[in-house]
Amino acid sequence: MNSVVPDNKPVARSHASIDLKAWGPFFALLALAVLGVLINPAFLGLDNLSNMLTRSAFIGIIAIGATFVITAGGLDLSVGSMAAFIAGVMIILMNSLVEQFGPGLTTILLGIGASLLLGLCAGFINGMVTTKGRIEAFIVTLGTMGIYRSLVTYLADGGTLSLDWGVRDIYRPVYYGSLMGIPIPVIVFLLVAVAGYILLNYTRFGRYCFAIGSNEKVAEYSAIHVDRIKTMTYMLQGVCVALATIIYVPRLGSASGATGVLWELEAIAAVIIGGTVLKGGHGRIWGTVIGAIMLTMIGNILNLTDAISNYLNGTVQGIIIIVAVYLQRASWRKSAP
Amino acid sequence: MSQDGIPVLEARGIDRAFGGNQVLFGIGLRLYPGEVHALLGENGAGKSTLVKILAGYLSPSAGEVRVDGQSQRFSGSGEAEAKGIVMIHQELALAEQLSAEENIFLGRELLRGPFLDRQAMRERSREALAELETRVDPCARVKDLSTSDQQMVEIAKAITRDVRVLIMDEPTATLTEHEVEVLFALIARLRQRGVAILYISHKLREIERIADQVTVLRDGRLIDNGAMAGRSKEELARLMVGREIKDMYPQRTALPSDAPVVLEARGIVVPGAVRHASFTLRRGEVLGFGGVVGAGRTALIEALLGLRARSAGEVLRNGQPVVLRHLRDAVRQRIAYLTEDRKGKGLVLNMGLRPNLTLLNLRAYCRPLIDRRREEQAFQEATERFDIRLRTHATTAAELSGGNQQKLLLAKVMSIDPEIVIINEPTRGIDVGTKHQIYHFVRELTDAGCSVILISSEMAELIGLSHRVAVMCAGVLTGVLEGEQINEDEIIQYASGIKGVGVDEQRRA
Repeated sequence: MNSVVPDNKPVARSHASIDLKAWGPFFALLALAVLGVLINPAFLGLDNLSNMLTRSAFIGIIAIGATFVITAGGLDLSVGSMAAFIAGVMIILMNSLVEQFGPGLTTILLGIGASLLLGLCAGFINGMVTTKGRIEAFIVTLGTMGIYRSLVTYLADGGTLSLDWGVRDIYRPVYYGSLMGIPIPVIVFLLVAVAGYILLNYTRFGRYCFAIGSNEKVAEYSAIHVDRIKTMTYMLQGVCVALATIIYVPRLGSASGATGVLWELEAIAAVIIGGTVLKGGHGRIWGTVIGAIMLTMIGNILNLTDAISNYLNGTVQGIIIIVAVYLQRASWRKSAP
Repeated sequence: MSQDGIPVLEARGIDRAFGGNQVLFGIGLRLYPGEVHALLGENGAGKSTLVKILAGYLSPSAGEVRVDGQSQRFSGSGEAEAKGIVMIHQELALAEQLSAEENIFLGRELLRGPFLDRQAMRERSREALAELETRVDPCARVKDLSTSDQQMVEIAKAITRDVRVLIMDEPTATLTEHEVEVLFALIARLRQRGVAILYISHKLREIERIADQVTVLRDGRLIDNGAMAGRSKEELARLMVGREIKDMYPQRTALPSDAPVVLEARGIVVPGAVRHASFTLRRGEVLGFGGVVGAGRTALIEALLGLRARSAGEVLRNGQPVVLRHLRDAVRQRIAYLTEDRKGKGLVLNMGLRPNLTLLNLRAYCRPLIDRRREEQAFQEATERFDIRLRTHATTAAELSGGNQQKLLLAKVMSIDPEIVIINEPTRGIDVGTKHQIYHFVRELTDAGCSVILISSEMAELIGLSHRVAVMCAGVLTGVLEGEQINEDEIIQYASGIKGVGVDEQRRA
């Protein structure tokens, strides 16, 4: 009876094909970079590169959280509004703390702590309403997206919330500073990416995200606390939004109703370009990182050339997103039996 | 039936390979009008591939398909259907959100001018469903129908077409006994009308009843074909497996009279499904659960395990009350549950084999990060222990054959090293050889001191394996049979509520 027991190692074969898919976004990024250099050699300048990576950090960090949510079969449309809301609350809080603690480290740390707490809570709300209320994530987060957006507009009274100048001076390095020549936002981005990679691929939580996204019933029958894990993905997303906001606030020192508009779509685009499947069950952190960098790179390249108007940034991004996903699907199809 | 005429559908020298993996070798098959032709073989023998080629879903690598003696090259199932060759799928292929009637006419809607002729479609759907003696409302959404009713809709969909060849892949797997009878009556009528029927089933008793011709495949090769008359069940089973199957059911162990009760359920009530059911399970015992599909057996067990809400009742483990709110709690009590729906609830089909194996007890492979090497090692052990046979490049669970999926699922639930194993319909859609292995595995479990609850709709399985059989009817546990009482007649009487605790009594209790 043992005659048909594996005499080959299927592992080896599968590696080859999976690698090809995994490296796809990377090659696309490389191609885009080559294009950038051809258009304008200044593209490769250290200043330009570090500037580009710094800018991609916001979307990138948010998109890493989104990778978990989407892999587990969910969706979070509220991240952009959430970022604006957190930024608004953070600024108000820090401004009012200045009287008590002065424009020092304490004020900033309290602001950062509040930001993380807010992100965690906002994610918890999204998660609980989706899982316990049995409402589609799309609807729930569409609702909270509107709520946070209007809350920040209300807090700013339709205008702009500005951070105290004293705090701003001390907080400034979090966005503009660098460590060993690497901008702080890029370092945070990298750390979040590494942590996300380990979490998704080497922990039970990550494995459960894959299982839930593929088939919730199977997950339930595998003794997985489905609702708990799904809520945790939204909370993780909230923390990622808070982190992105923490490095975003010192950049402009202000927040308004227009802060973070369309970030949710950029984050989802980065996740999808990176090879994560929108309907869940398959996620890739490094893909997401590359996706986020690609989106920023497109804008950057358009800035460096006169051939295409900068106003067409969205058009080019849109085309790249569709083409990227088309190429991935094509290779999926081929590898299917 | 006449063997001299031109076959309505014929396969000649069909080869088929997937990648470098050849699954069919020169298969020939002839279907004549008014004939029921049974196609037999173990899981993975190539039956499904062959019928998919005949129905136009796949094309052969070599050989040809002939319709009325004319060579055909179908480029899709639509072309085959246009020729009157219709297939009823093993996996239901219905649009869940549409109504039964909309499904029946999906893709060939009747029109009046540019608009749908709903009246006519409803009328014809109703006729077809009436012929199947089901009470399915043509306007009901498919999503809201039971699995067996969905199967009936699928069959209605096939017979409303101008069908000349009807291919049925395991049609009775989800049907109740009565529905099976209705289906057989329908097959008889279709046969009289001159329809050729190609019938795939693992149930040799069914084959014996309805087949005129039989073809046996093994490992992609044609082993035997000819008239059913003169062939016995035993002979066919031997041909399918390629060896003699002796003692299908292992000898039962005698249960010591002082065997302790390891699990007890008291007064379990599941709204709309189970009325006040109680039972006990002893160490080393196989407790069978009989009854028709929908009698509440699965609901009872799943409520006990915390997979469904129950409104009353308590569970005792080794005499101590335990609270099982989530399957994780049951796992902690070392109770393993093997679901009947291996594709929908058991395995993540698009996931690799190793993650599937370790999903239930992933904790054991973490320190604290997941140790891939330990997973690999567990997988190698499982393939040996459970005799999981891998196709050349099966990377996901979806690519395994039904029997091997079942073994992988078994390996998965056994990964928690349980003391109580609850098995729900372990042999649905499974070939004889694998069945045999599973039965002997149950015996090994009880030998090792485990207790087993076996939910099964196969009477022979219950009788062959169980020490006691609990029978349910319409949500009521009508009785627990022991010793001499365990026979087909008794089980049927309890399952239909003729004998045992009546529904009325239960209501009063």
